[in-house]
Amino acid sequence: MAALGVVVSNPYEQQLLTIIGIHTLLALGLNMLMGYAGQISLGHAAFFGLGAYGTGILTTHFQWSPWASLPAVLVFAALSGYLIGRPILRLSGYYLAMGTLGLGIIVHVVFREWDTFTGGASGLVGIPPLTVGRLMVGLGRSGFFAVWGTVVLFFVLCGRVVDSRIGRALRALGDSPGAAAASGIHTAHLKAVIFSFSAVMAALAGYLYAHLLGFISPSSFDFLMSIRMVTMVVIGGMASIWGSLLGASVITLLPEWLHVFSDYEMMVYGLILMVVMIFLPEGLTRGVLDAVRRTRARTASS
Amino acid sequence: MSEFLQFLLSGITTGAIYGLIALGFNVLYNATDLINFAQGEFVMLGGLGFYTLGTVVGWPAAAAFAAAVCVVSLLGLLLERVALRPVKKPDPLTLIIITVGASIFLRGVAMRLWGKDPYSVAGLAASTEPVRLWGAALMPQSLWIVGIVVAFMTGLHLFGKRTLTGKAMEACAIHRNAAWILGIPSDRMVLLAFALSAGLGAVSGVIIAPITMCSYDMGTMLGLKGFCAAMLGGLGSHWGAALGGVLLGVLESLGVGYFSSGIKDAVAFLVLLVILIVRPAGLLGASAVKRF
Repeated sequence: MAALGVVVSNPYEQQLLTIIGIHTLLALGLNMLMGYAGQISLGHAAFFGLGAYGTGILTTHFQWSPWASLPAVLVFAALSGYLIGRPILRLSGYYLAMGTLGLGIIVHVVFREWDTFTGGASGLVGIPPLTVGRLMVGLGRSGFFAVWGTVVLFFVLCGRVVDSRIGRALRALGDSPGAAAASGIHTAHLKAVIFSFSAVMAALAGYLYAHLLGFISPSSFDFLMSIRMVTMVVIGGMASIWGSLLGASVITLLPEWLHVFSDYEMMVYGLILMVVMIFLPEGLTRGVLDAVRRTRARTASS
Repeated sequence: MSEFLQFLLSGITTGAIYGLIALGFNVLYNATDLINFAQGEFVMLGGLGFYTLGTVVGWPAAAAFAAAVCVVSLLGLLLERVALRPVKKPDPLTLIIITVGASIFLRGVAMRLWGKDPYSVAGLAASTEPVRLWGAALMPQSLWIVGIVVAFMTGLHLFGKRTLTGKAMEACAIHRNAAWILGIPSDRMVLLAFALSAGLGAVSGVIIAPITMCSYDMGTMLGLKGFCAAMLGGLGSHWGAALGGVLLGVLESLGVGYFSSGIKDAVAFLVLLVILIVRPAGLLGASAVKRF
């Protein structure tokens, strides 16, 4: 990836890769919740927006330094994630899906309507960029390294979490909540903790997004964004860390590639989503691995 | 007082439509345990189809109504056959994403066919002169809406309780395998549920078209509101859907009237969150919330 950052010098491609990084953070966080703990969320754009608007408001209205707003935003996301997660994760299935969906829509309405602070529908402008000494982190190469550095950090962190005691508890919870509770796992607490963890990752992605772009508007954090996040996880492959990277890349690049279809873009996007899910319900990672295994088995047997 | 009555009346009107959309969700959920995220798109297609056949082609309203509903019902069948039947392991999340894909696809098709502009659609009522009611104005279209919704609700209720096909469908809803053992063609019942559910969506679209503008992207929010109403009343309960829909419509209308129009969408989901946390099964739902 680092090599890619040095090689790619075209600003458009750099920007695209940076956005893929941000989406990977989002997908990875949601995958911890959905893939491992088996809890669906159709409102995670709320936390993405919380990070972006949190830092946006603190730095533009209250003149905080971006470095001071970072811990504030993350702590706030962690707390609100836990406090919201505790009651809402008592639900399951469609009820949980609907509860989180509602949460996402309410938060989006707050971004859109609370215009004294959020700038309303037209958005919040003039968010200062991150600075390290004299270096300004913008959408170019510096932003690329900042985002992908964070992604690598969280890849390692999530990999460690998944292989730890907590990771095993999470998978137990995902497989059978009853059995997990019977083996002494405090499921309500654990669910809220992982919800909070994924909220922090989404908020961090939002924080980076806001400072790199310098401008945010409510439409980036709406219901469709939540759906896009779920799609990244499912298309990439549930309970797969690399799947998050693949899913985020595909879902980010797809609209760029589909520009050639111009007016048919939306139709083709919907079709691809359906076809992948019909034929590779386990996601691309698992689907491709299985296909490889099958071909190998066939060549070995013949 | 007359102001309150006005909000109440307009709330009941939109609420009745939410209830009908919710009913569409319920019919399908009972038969298949599936929530179709493309339901809102059926509503949109019903409205736009009615516009094209009625206003552009110039068919009489009743014919345009029937034709639009039939076409959308066929689309519902097609969705089951083409996109959902071939799934080998019908995991709920997979099915959700497929219907989300279908909704994006249908929205794309509608954008190609009708463009991005909203259309205003002529109502079913012959006169547009409002009826005065204790100082509040009641549009004739509202009477039509409530009448049609009540008619479909009763019709569906009678269908389920009095006809053989309806009883067979209820049996499938209770236990698919048990119904199959008793010789009910449960496959065909599922197809019927898809057609019925899409058709109900289209009816909602036709009757809501005259009171809002119709455009290719109207479906998403309407679908979510309908889903919200179904949850509010208790997923799977028909009378719950009606109650949830009207409650939602009235609360929204009061929220818009007394606070601001911007919070409209938040009201519905705020109520829903409270209900889900306090009484997860919904107002009229069975108490166990375990089915996906």
